[in-house]
Amino acid sequence: MTAENEKGLVHEGQASPPALDFGRAWEYAPSPEATDHVRIAPRQELYVGGRWITPRSGRYFDTVNPATEEKLAEVAEADERDVDDAVQAARRAYDRYWSKMRGSERAKYVFRIARALQEKARELAIVESLDGGKPIKESRDVDLPLAAAHFFYHAGWADKLDYAFQGRAWRSLGVAGQIIPWNFPLLMAAWKLAPALACGNTVVLKPAETTPLTALLLARIIEEAELPPGVVNVVTGAGATGAALAGHPGVDKVAFTGSTEVGKKIQRALAGTKKKLTLELGGKAANVVFADAPIDQAIEGIINGIYFNQGHVCCAGSRLLVEESVHDLVVRKLEDRIATLRVGDPLDKNTDVGAINSRAQLDKIRELVAAGESEGAQRHSAPCVLPARGYFFAPTFFTGVAQSSRIAREEIFGPVLSVLTFRTPDEAVEKANNTMYGLSAGVWTDKGAKIFWMAQRLKAGVVWGNTYNKFDPSSPFGGYKESGFGREGGRQGLLAYTELL
Amino acid sequence: MPGVAPSASVARVSSHDSTLSRYGSSARPAPYPLFYPPPPPVDQIAVEERAASLGKRSLKKGAKVAGLKLAVRMMDLTTLEGKDTPGKVRQMCRKALTPLDSDPSIGPVAAVCVYPNLVPFAKAALAGSTVKVASVATAFPSGQSPLDVKLQDVRRAVELGADEIDMVIDRGAMLSGDYAKVFDEIAATKEACGSTHLKVILETGELGSYDVVRKASEIGIAAGGDFIKTSTGKVQPAATPPVTLVMLEAIRDHYYATGRRIGMKPAGGVRTAKQSLHYLVLVKETLGDAWLTPDLFRFGASALLNDVLMQLEKERTGAYQASEDFSKD
Amino acid sequence: MSSRTTTTKEATADTVSATGLTGASRTMTSAAITAEADGFDPAARVSVNKAYKMYVGGAFVRSESGRYFQERGRGEVGGSADPLVVNVPRGSRKDARDAVLAAKNAGDGWASRTAYNRGQILYRLAEVMESRRDELRTSLERGGAGHHGAQAAHEVESAIDRAVYYAGFCDKYQALVASLNPVAGPHFGFSWPEPMGVVAVVAPERPALLGLVSTVLPVIAGGNTCVVIAGSEDARTAVLWCECLATSDLPGGVVNLLTGQAGEMAPHLARHREVIAVDAWSDDSELTAALEREGSGNVKRVRTHGPEDTARLATEAGQGLGFIERFLETKTVWHPVGV
Repeated sequence: MTAENEKGLVHEGQASPPALDFGRAWEYAPSPEATDHVRIAPRQELYVGGRWITPRSGRYFDTVNPATEEKLAEVAEADERDVDDAVQAARRAYDRYWSKMRGSERAKYVFRIARALQEKARELAIVESLDGGKPIKESRDVDLPLAAAHFFYHAGWADKLDYAFQGRAWRSLGVAGQIIPWNFPLLMAAWKLAPALACGNTVVLKPAETTPLTALLLARIIEEAELPPGVVNVVTGAGATGAALAGHPGVDKVAFTGSTEVGKKIQRALAGTKKKLTLELGGKAANVVFADAPIDQAIEGIINGIYFNQGHVCCAGSRLLVEESVHDLVVRKLEDRIATLRVGDPLDKNTDVGAINSRAQLDKIRELVAAGESEGAQRHSAPCVLPARGYFFAPTFFTGVAQSSRIAREEIFGPVLSVLTFRTPDEAVEKANNTMYGLSAGVWTDKGAKIFWMAQRLKAGVVWGNTYNKFDPSSPFGGYKESGFGREGGRQGLLAYTELL
Repeated sequence: MPGVAPSASVARVSSHDSTLSRYGSSARPAPYPLFYPPPPPVDQIAVEERAASLGKRSLKKGAKVAGLKLAVRMMDLTTLEGKDTPGKVRQMCRKALTPLDSDPSIGPVAAVCVYPNLVPFAKAALAGSTVKVASVATAFPSGQSPLDVKLQDVRRAVELGADEIDMVIDRGAMLSGDYAKVFDEIAATKEACGSTHLKVILETGELGSYDVVRKASEIGIAAGGDFIKTSTGKVQPAATPPVTLVMLEAIRDHYYATGRRIGMKPAGGVRTAKQSLHYLVLVKETLGDAWLTPDLFRFGASALLNDVLMQLEKERTGAYQASEDFSKD
Repeated sequence: MSSRTTTTKEATADTVSATGLTGASRTMTSAAITAEADGFDPAARVSVNKAYKMYVGGAFVRSESGRYFQERGRGEVGGSADPLVVNVPRGSRKDARDAVLAAKNAGDGWASRTAYNRGQILYRLAEVMESRRDELRTSLERGGAGHHGAQAAHEVESAIDRAVYYAGFCDKYQALVASLNPVAGPHFGFSWPEPMGVVAVVAPERPALLGLVSTVLPVIAGGNTCVVIAGSEDARTAVLWCECLATSDLPGGVVNLLTGQAGEMAPHLARHREVIAVDAWSDDSELTAALEREGSGNVKRVRTHGPEDTARLATEAGQGLGFIERFLETKTVWHPVGV
């Protein structure tokens, strides 16, 4: 048995072998994306009525690169008067031409936007990563292709809406006020604009204050595609701008994606008005891993579910519910796996986890992580070196989490996973649904019947079976309960921008 | 005669004697304890996504050069043709020792891989060097001969001087569920190897699904293989990144169960420098630093070497290279 | 220049008899011939006449039979000279056989592409057609199918818009025709549409371009591959449209176009066991009846259309979900729901 001993064969009673070493042998060199072909104008104006105009107040706010804390540009701050100008422009455009055009002709405008997004994809991906902090690998390979696909997909509906509602007559709504978040700035703009335009509405879009740049580049694309003036208007600003837009009497429809807290405020503000509303809010999704799951692929799904886009994802799988019999195995594999995650410069092509979007968000994450530790959970963090400047947080997961812990109940919106266990499928369902949220869920098992059984019982608008974070313009996305109402994408998503008669 | 010490993950089923009695019989044993705990299922879509995403790693400058030089040192330079001659093998061995005359820091490769008849010529050509001579055996590539013939094939190759044996598993037995037979043949081959290093070729392109590849990997490891290898190179598809990932995962689980490190060799289908770097990333990010050595990872390749040399020269000079500047041995 | 016609019996030394392109016998005096020759301008540019071929397996090919038929030029149209005659391949039974083989070989690849990708390719086709708008219009005006001026321009625009229409349908029809079946039991039951396979299309004579687009694009939007026999009155426009297909990233073999006589080739397609469906737009009711009969040999899905259907192609009713749906199969799947 000498040969085996030399190789370190483990005998009964010995401790398990040393953990695999994901160390520094063969380091990947820095691989920065070339950005010399991209120029960000130092001052960004509002796009209203087909023109670039200065804000009435003359005020601008800074947008910053969260990886370096350096200022990228100053951006116009739209106040109530600017919002009013935009809504009026959208109304004029709707009344005078957009609502009068044939669907086939509207479609061709939307196809032009899709094409331009494909042509300018690299530039937009770079600006997205600079402005928001997400890795270039993700903005290049996920955000941009999906954004273009959304415009392509919805362009095709514009002249087929008579088919979409089972023969029921329909009409467009008018002017849509759309408020979008900072986690997928361009993609959220695509999710909002594409169906609204396809269904014959005009739009006033308010991007998030920390990530306005790609929405403004999209406005440039819309200008170059020669969409008639006022069909799309972009007003930049912070919460006040959004409130002004949602509250404006000239808006027929409000669409909001963001936190549940703000969503409730908007819903309250719209009470008593006749405005249509759709909300896409927060989540605390359960990613359920059964013992009969394809385990190594489930690990990938867990990792993707919580660390993709630094966990700034409303549908993030932020709670791992793992069958108790494989808990230790899964934890050991997660520890190995997070050791290979590369955290750092978003513009480096090898970066897996980029910067946290803002100082405010980083503080929130830190606060909840501290709560987790004080509640007695065990913290496991990736052994990575964080850059000295910028807002970064090491990918982390907690074991020993109770269903009642803050980190099991509150949305952290960061790269922090809470691991809980269950014993039976019924218990998995009970724990997964034991939340006020209901946006998404994941189920990992090799057994098809169990996937459908779980999917039937999970109170979530999107259920991913043996996969996670999959999006497609043809696939309706949206939440149950306090994760919001209404769907985006697919035939069902058209309902948000039409009225059935 | 004792069989091989079992790993904790697979119970040993048969003794050597019962192998002989089972050989040639129509009995189809696959006793339940052969797999305990059972190998985990493998999800095709997810494993292919993971393998592809690791292919997006961008290796530049020093990292690229270091990776490519390592890839050269990991190569089993291969010729396995009916028309192989001593002359062909001698020339290949020359290349194996000094892949690029103008840069002696590159290479030598890990091994050459030849048919048994050519082993003596390779040994002579490589005498005094670190380059090993691997021989295929066990009725390579099909494996469709009686066991005693296959074992004699192995013994003769060892006698002729092979440092390593690359065997093939019985895919017919694998696909018809006769896992005990597959196991027993590997165990018997390991025994016939003595102290000669054994690589077990699964011929993944014939196995039909990643689940079966995983199962075959576990059998190959449990029965005594030092390395598990994807392919003979005679069947398409040969090595692919996802199939390699499945095999690396089996090696990983085995390591954690026993502390033993098994090697892995993708063979066939790795033709470009870029592909070789992809495989090194797969190894680094699945098994970690300890496996980044020719003792635990090899490339079965022939055309790959020149593409790697071209890339190294391009990094050194800044100019894209022409294929005629590199010897075709 | 004067010419006198004399009967051939009285031909003298200084008259020459020739059979002209009009087919009639014509005699000219040598003086007349000289005068005509004197009108020829040696400095003028000589045009390069295009050879028109069928489009099979992504390549432009002649008939294996070597046969051809002729289309007459119309002199100068759209500012450029039309050749006097154009020789167009006259497709044979074997050409039809080769086209079916190409369509079959392209089938798996086309059906396994994402619906999004198919939509992208059809949109690219629309882009290419738009960039060749003038050329397509000129071709229609030169062709035998009767459209001129504003009518021809309108037909081209309609054809382009119809290509955009079907590009946008590739990834929509599924949500409209698939179903979740609420079966009475603990099973998940669902039905989804699949392409049928190789579909043979006999394109209408008119409208020459819009007719082709209207009958071929919905077939391939659904994931099928196609062998189409172009109308014989304007084969040139059909071939020009194939040049648009060939530059649109459409994989070879997805659309295969044969020129020649539908009456000669269509029955062989209807008899061919690799063809699963036939879509025949022909005024010849004997032909369409024959196709229905032949199609029964392997239970083909056969659709035939007369003049009323063909007339609708030029209107909004010439496009729609039905055009795609009629060449889709429905697959129903059951799976238990349980732990």
